[in-house]
Amino acid sequence: MADVALQPNRAVTAQTARKRSSLHKMLKRKSTVAFLMTLPLILLIALLVIYPAFYALHLATLNKSMQRFVGLSNFEFLFKRETFWLVVKQSCIFAITAVIFKAVLGFIVAHFVHNIPAKGQRKWRGMLLVPWVIPPAMSTLAWLWLFDPSYSAFNYTLAFFGIGPIPWTGDALWARFSVILVNIWVGAPFFMIMYLAALKSVPDQLYEAAAIDGANWWQRIWYITLPMMRNIIAITTLFSLIVTFANFDIVRILTAGGPLDHTHIFATWAFRVGIEGSDIPLGASVSLFMVPILAIAAIFILRDVNKRGNEA
Amino acid sequence: MSRRKLSRRQFVAATALSSAALITAPYVRGAHAAGKLSIGFWDHWVPGANKASTDIVNAWKEKEKVEVTIDYIPSQGNKNLLTIAAEAQAKSGHDILAMPTWWPHAQAELLEPMNDVMADLIKLNGEPNGTVKYLGQAGGKWLAVPASVGSQIKGPCSRIDLMKQHAGIDVQALYPAGAPPKADSWTFDTFLKAAEACHKGGVPFGIGLGETSDNVDTAGAIFQSFGAALVDEKGNLTVKTDAVRQALEFYKKLIAFLPPDAGAWDDASNNKWLVSGRGALIMNPPSAWAVAKRDAPQVAEQCWTHGFPAGPKGRYAPYLAYFWGTWSFSKNKEAAKSLLRALSQPDAIEKMVVASGGYDLPCYEKLTTLKVWQEEAPPKGTLYHYPNPHNHQTLSIAAAPAPPKIAQQIYTQATLTKMCLRYHQGEAMEKVLAWAEGECEGFMRS
Repeated sequence: MADVALQPNRAVTAQTARKRSSLHKMLKRKSTVAFLMTLPLILLIALLVIYPAFYALHLATLNKSMQRFVGLSNFEFLFKRETFWLVVKQSCIFAITAVIFKAVLGFIVAHFVHNIPAKGQRKWRGMLLVPWVIPPAMSTLAWLWLFDPSYSAFNYTLAFFGIGPIPWTGDALWARFSVILVNIWVGAPFFMIMYLAALKSVPDQLYEAAAIDGANWWQRIWYITLPMMRNIIAITTLFSLIVTFANFDIVRILTAGGPLDHTHIFATWAFRVGIEGSDIPLGASVSLFMVPILAIAAIFILRDVNKRGNEA
Repeated sequence: MSRRKLSRRQFVAATALSSAALITAPYVRGAHAAGKLSIGFWDHWVPGANKASTDIVNAWKEKEKVEVTIDYIPSQGNKNLLTIAAEAQAKSGHDILAMPTWWPHAQAELLEPMNDVMADLIKLNGEPNGTVKYLGQAGGKWLAVPASVGSQIKGPCSRIDLMKQHAGIDVQALYPAGAPPKADSWTFDTFLKAAEACHKGGVPFGIGLGETSDNVDTAGAIFQSFGAALVDEKGNLTVKTDAVRQALEFYKKLIAFLPPDAGAWDDASNNKWLVSGRGALIMNPPSAWAVAKRDAPQVAEQCWTHGFPAGPKGRYAPYLAYFWGTWSFSKNKEAAKSLLRALSQPDAIEKMVVASGGYDLPCYEKLTTLKVWQEEAPPKGTLYHYPNPHNHQTLSIAAAPAPPKIAQQIYTQATLTKMCLRYHQGEAMEKVLAWAEGECEGFMRS
């Protein structure tokens, strides 16, 4: 018979040690560490994004004096307003046209930059990023001076060639053109830099193989470059679509929605109605109207990206 | 260890002294005995004008022993409106906050009534003008105290030389310095002829048709001169009336003589138009003239601020009122009211008007003849008629007399200038009226 010292606390100690080691293991797990490290950001997003989003939802369900719950009446009211549908139409024209042009321009410029010898490329990359780096409110002010109704620098220059004066911000079509142009100018460098990064990740061997097979320039673009860049193009487009739909500063500074509301987009009209018109619930409803449009776009684009990811 | 013994006599004396000190303590006035007060004033665009308000507040705080903080909030980018909206949402903020035109009504439910303050101020300064009563009162309750800082009339500022040269009109004779106006001939017919002549002469009137307040204010005064209102004081739609049709017809004729880009003008455009010497008349407070004094003295010495032309239903001029309001959730309402009284004393108002170079315009009837407007130059007397010293015109605001919450929407959405532009661009009169009626119906939601 062996003598065994009686240790009544042994089981508890072992349990504690096990617990400690499992906690230790959990802490050592990469996913836990990642979660803990991103926790401050998650909390920040919860505070600055999720709370305001739910607050906006709450506001959108109140009456004008914010004293009564009215359900979806604000949206019903909006659907009957002519100006609202004008804003919906213009937001779509503004965002879709601007994103298409930004993508096309970004793609072309990215190719040019990609073909510049590495030595001088940094300089060009830096210069081409300037419009994107300057705060849009500031650069739009400069554009405002160029488009000024009475003292436009563009009109001054065009006058030497006997052209104009063009009502850059005074005529509905020209005003739409102007706000879209500035948005393209600001946003195209973002596409350029993203596409440039994608171009640099396409293996040269693919092009070499294509060249051996006798592929021409267009075939190389269509069968190699574009398929290799598809995910980047999709994600960049989605991101830009969201940002462009939600744009405020360019339109606000350049035209403030005029003439005759023909350049208002969701954010500027929400500001006009909510802040300037003291109808915050209606303003919140206008800005929330963007959510389903963008959500549908996001679902389609991300589903496509996911599908291609799985194929890969 | 030493131990000090306390005698019974010493204990009684110490207790008595401490009790006396504790009882009397609340009556000793310390540096900030009356608490704290935070103020959000409008950030004046005239350099140095904020100092006058600061000095008045400082003098008051020394006397009342209140700790004061002042924020000067600019109206650029509507920062003041955002502050009002944010404080109303948060139910927290400044104890006194500057609110432009429509905002006392927009926040009526959250503002502390000022009837007691206004009763004293009216006794002291005389009746406020009708526009201030319309904008500052609801249901017999004064929602805020009228502020002289920022309040203004946006009347015509004419070029003496160009009006004489092209239209044959001597604005100084119509509105002589130091004397009542002799402006019976200054009607919208004369105005239209002058606009045509100046347009032909290459110096068109600088009246905008955009969606900002200068444009809307002018349209408002012209509509009122024709007796045209989109909504009456009871909230009934009055869009499809002959008066509105007449006003639109007049505007259509006028637009033909305005700069072609007037539809895109903002509040800075007319100022630039005058200062650059390109136009013979704009509708503005003396801010454009003040800028011209600095940047284009040869233009400034030809400027004359005067009254509006008269229409078939009277002579109206746009008055934009600023107010100082106190939230009902303010923590120091009594101190706020005390300061508002101090800021509205005649000498304080005069000090602020002088600091603004005559730009600020008190609403009280006894305070429209201050020396500053008689003396400002060049040319001497240029601002004499700016404060409407002879009550020659009715002061009003665009979209009045509609109930203020509806009027605010008509004003903010620039319905009047949009109607004028639509009609000018060829839309049929009845279609324009139907569109405006639809808009106004929407503005009536509660």
